Amino acid sequence: MKLTNEQIERYSRQIILKEVGGKGQEKLLNSKILVIGAGGLGSPALLYLASAGVGTIGIVDGDKVDITNLQRQVIHFTEDVNKEKIYSAKEKIEKINPDVKVITYNTRVNASNIREIIREFDFIIDGTDNFPAKFLINDACFFEKKPFSHGGILRFQGQTLTYLPENACYRCIFDTPPPKGLVPTCSEAGIIGVMAGLLGVIQASEAIKYILSTGQLLTNKLLFIDLLNLEFRTINFKRNKNCPLCGENPTIRDLIDYEAAVCDIKN
Amino acid sequence: MKLIINGKNEFFEKDSLTIGELLELKKVKMPEMVTVELNGTILEREKFKNTYVKDNDTIELIYYMGGGSQKI
Repeated sequence: MKLTNEQIERYSRQIILKEVGGKGQEKLLNSKILVIGAGGLGSPALLYLASAGVGTIGIVDGDKVDITNLQRQVIHFTEDVNKEKIYSAKEKIEKINPDVKVITYNTRVNASNIREIIREFDFIIDGTDNFPAKFLINDACFFEKKPFSHGGILRFQGQTLTYLPENACYRCIFDTPPPKGLVPTCSEAGIIGVMAGLLGVIQASEAIKYILSTGQLLTNKLLFIDLLNLEFRTINFKRNKNCPLCGENPTIRDLIDYEAAVCDIKN
Repeated sequence: MKLIINGKNEFFEKDSLTIGELLELKKVKMPEMVTVELNGTILEREKFKNTYVKDNDTIELIYYMGGGSQKI
């Protein structure tokens, strides 16, 4: 692919970076990145991936835009309430950058569809809001040997790690989803919009760096962010020999559909 | 003894504690929601009760984080 004059102009501010250049821009335009969940994490990730000229962006989400989403899910506007999130997100991406081809999946990921979906992409961003999906994405990426970025957020805090095949996975730290009854209820949880924004942008940055083969990825590390005290900490960790997925004696041989904790459980 | 917990030095009167006792002292309400890394190695949950920490150990308490919205 040769860059057009318009593309050279559009991406000029990143093409002048030695880590990008014309070659890197072509790599981005040829790359395919999947964002699972067009919500708090997915929205900022999608906006920046689109602006950067990622040539193919996949979006998986089965939900419609709700008014309670708008406080943090910045790709969706007030007029989009009740619209499918994938269509709302696709419209914005196409307005930002006509170079981007958007592939939409109007569904939630589950054990029977996820492997087929992620197979088409170079890098996967976990922008989901629940533990069953997070473990499913980790396991599917492990089996399909796909790199992905994990993101978790709660109140003013967030955590992220990047998985590349042969490196430590999410289950090396968190072996199994937390017991359902212990997951904080809706009223206890909550999230400040800027936390989702910051973390989603970091995830997009990891995807772009992976495509460009530049810099240091967040592999074998967990970045923890506390916006309330403005603390950033990186915790090093190793591939865990006891990991039920990638350890020495794995017990997980196939994908698992864990039951999602539901909002209206009172505990 | 001195323990380095999540990057900060903390001092304890006792010279030895189990991870389980440490989590209680740290007022961790839901130990099932935390992963413990002791000196760079993730500790299996069933070992919380019989693993002792000693002076100068480095401990990371890493919490599960989901989505923060409705279906966490």
